[in-house]
Amino acid sequence: MRYFIALALSFLSHAVWAQDWEDRQTFNEADATTSLRIISSTDTDLFAPLIEAFVAENPDVAIDYLVTETADIDRRFRNMPDAFDIAISSAMDLQFKLTNDGYALELQNVSHPAWAQWRQSLFAFTSEPAAIVINRAAFDGLPIPRTRQELIEALRARPEVFRGRVGTYDVRQSGLGYLFATQDARASETFWRLMEVMGGLDVQLYCCSGEMIDDLTDGTIAVAYNVLGSYAEARTESRNAFEIVLPSDFPTTMMRTAFVSKASAEPAAAERFIQFLVTYQSNPIDGTRLLPSLQDRDSGTERATIALEPALMTFLDALKRNKFTSEWENALIQN
Amino acid sequence: MLTLIGGAAVLALILFFAVRNYAVQVAQQGQDTILDASVTSMLDAATIQDGTVELDLPYAAFSMLATSADDRVFYAILRDGKFLSGYEELATAGNFLPDSPVFQTSQIRGAPVRTISASRTLIGANERVDVQIFLAQTQDALSETLDQISRNAALLGVGFFTLAAVLSFWATSATIGQLGKLTTSVTRRGPQDLRPFTKPVPREMVPLVSSLNSLVGRLDQSLTQSEDFIAEAAHRVRTPLATVRSYAEATLQRVDKEENREAMRSMIKAIDESSRAAGQLLDHAMITFRADHLERDAIDLTELVSDLAQRLAPIAEMKDLSIALRGDPHVPYSGDPVLLQNAVRNLIDNAMKYGPAESSIEITVSGKPKPQIMVCDHGPGFPENEIETLTTRFQRGANATDSIGSGLGLTIAQDVAMAHGGGIHLENRLEGGACVTLSL
Ligand SMILES: Nc1ncnc2c1ncn2[C@@H]1O[C@H](COP(=O)(O)OP(=O)(O)O)[C@@H](O)[C@H]1O
Ligand SMILES: [Mg+2]
Repeated sequence: MRYFIALALSFLSHAVWAQDWEDRQTFNEADATTSLRIISSTDTDLFAPLIEAFVAENPDVAIDYLVTETADIDRRFRNMPDAFDIAISSAMDLQFKLTNDGYALELQNVSHPAWAQWRQSLFAFTSEPAAIVINRAAFDGLPIPRTRQELIEALRARPEVFRGRVGTYDVRQSGLGYLFATQDARASETFWRLMEVMGGLDVQLYCCSGEMIDDLTDGTIAVAYNVLGSYAEARTESRNAFEIVLPSDFPTTMMRTAFVSKASAEPAAAERFIQFLVTYQSNPIDGTRLLPSLQDRDSGTERATIALEPALMTFLDALKRNKFTSEWENALIQN
Repeated sequence: MLTLIGGAAVLALILFFAVRNYAVQVAQQGQDTILDASVTSMLDAATIQDGTVELDLPYAAFSMLATSADDRVFYAILRDGKFLSGYEELATAGNFLPDSPVFQTSQIRGAPVRTISASRTLIGANERVDVQIFLAQTQDALSETLDQISRNAALLGVGFFTLAAVLSFWATSATIGQLGKLTTSVTRRGPQDLRPFTKPVPREMVPLVSSLNSLVGRLDQSLTQSEDFIAEAAHRVRTPLATVRSYAEATLQRVDKEENREAMRSMIKAIDESSRAAGQLLDHAMITFRADHLERDAIDLTELVSDLAQRLAPIAEMKDLSIALRGDPHVPYSGDPVLLQNAVRNLIDNAMKYGPAESSIEITVSGKPKPQIMVCDHGPGFPENEIETLTTRFQRGANATDSIGSGLGLTIAQDVAMAHGGGIHLENRLEGGACVTLSL
């Protein structure tokens, strides 16, 4: 009997691990004595230079880099907090709630400005605005919309061009998509009108930035709403086909965050990594960096950044989430 | 002094705890107010639709709970005691439905939290539903504030203590110093000095000094009164004694029988001694009075003593005694002649009384190094073991038991000498006889 239980357990944990990762890569496996497992929503391409710089400085540390979607990070982490040393995600709200719930380790030695960290546990290291990414071909000879209102008008003006060719996150699947949508909804009613227009045009819903930009590249869609500009920017081969618009009516800027699991077996190495991460990202003169740096929130000219504060938990409330999701579905899924 | 500093320390401690306690209350009240506002805004957002409770959490509800110490927030929403959303462990912490918000301090996930619970009744189409919300916040910011306030309160307490200690040290040394001065000046005073104390003292000590002065004044007055009484009494005794003596003398003339005459003579002698004693009492009282208000006249001591010797010569002759006067021919001095005569008179009296018949009494008056009058006789001298005490009032020697006397003679001589800033010295001469030196 015991044997069966053990078997069942090992099978279960194997099942969790065996679950597909979007990407998985190991750095510095050869001569390391300790190993850090990082669960992240950031594409390996974008993160690799940073990890390589880290292992160059810390040859004793190997990094097992596991990529999955933000909502999935939250799920997996809650299931097995001791399976990962560090969690990195663009879904600030989910990261915040994990920290509030006590999953994050307090790192006394990491020095970071108060607005960019929470409880000395959750550390922000990028500033990334949500963008409207447009395939230039679809707007040939026409003005590129600069605001949500202009986008609404452009979509309404030529429904035959855009039907089935507008895309955005499926907030039911994507943690980051949900964060962007809720923050937009909070800022203005324009968001809901845009959703209705996009719903009327038979919107394409995506789980992840990558796929959305893939479709944008090959012309499947002409407009992607609330994509991370940094991802589109990284596509060097197709970069010129895009126009990346940061809407000037109300901007939404997210900060990518990282924390060390309280259950981590390697807290010292993990702390070293976080310290390296925030320093690397705050240093603006590094040419090899692909991720946007952390913009000083107090510099004045920058876009409204979502604050690391308890209010982030508001839209994660089950009742609130149900209400928001059903409103979103009503607006977007009209058939 | 120690009590003062101890008291200051206790006060400082009380101050510290009072400030801290007050700060705890204020800070806790601040947190409670925000929790209350937050939970109220959450309850306000609750609606019921088709039997379903909807709670459209306002963004501000949690936003207002942001603190500088990044305090964690937990909440639970219940419908009729059934968990709807939030943190389920909070809902089971205590399941009650109070009318007004209830605050509580407890632990969640190992962290101390302040919890508010509040409820609201929603009235739907055909039902009543109670929505209850638990909202908890950790107390990191609160304890940071309290630490800071405690530090400030401690500083305040220490400052207060130091100030109080320094002040009490200063105040006691000021008063104790003055008290010390007063004590020395009281101690230094001679036995006769009953003048009021006039040195300036701190305001706080004025009542003490003035009551001391009034005590001294009353003492002085009652002393004077008793001296007056003695003088009066002596006077009243002397006059009838003189009358009795003259009757006795008259009777002696008329009595023939030898044994009766002898009795009369003894009687007259006793009367003489009694009036002499009364006279001495009177003299003593007078000297005590005059010594306080000494009148100094320019006199010649040799002249004064020789006058006296001449006046006493007839009495001396009755005992076959001769009085020899020696020393400087002129000893000028400034003093009270009445008192000085009285003193020397008593010394000569003693020499006549205790010296043997048919001998001489030698009086030496000298001006250097100090004005001195020495009276010596050839008698048996002072009883050696009593020599120290004979000058005290009413003190008589062992050799004086068969002579009548008051024990005041040497006392008067001494008082006079002291009133003039000097003293008397008793000694027995090696060759026999008593010597009294009165130095001025
Ligand atoms: N010249 C003296 N010779 C011996 N004893 C003396 C002499 N003068 C005084 N005394 C002693 O000192 C005592 C005190 O003397 P005094 O004060 O004059 O008192 P009083 O003569 O009335 O007894 C005397 O009682 C006596 O014993
Ligand atoms: Mg005498």
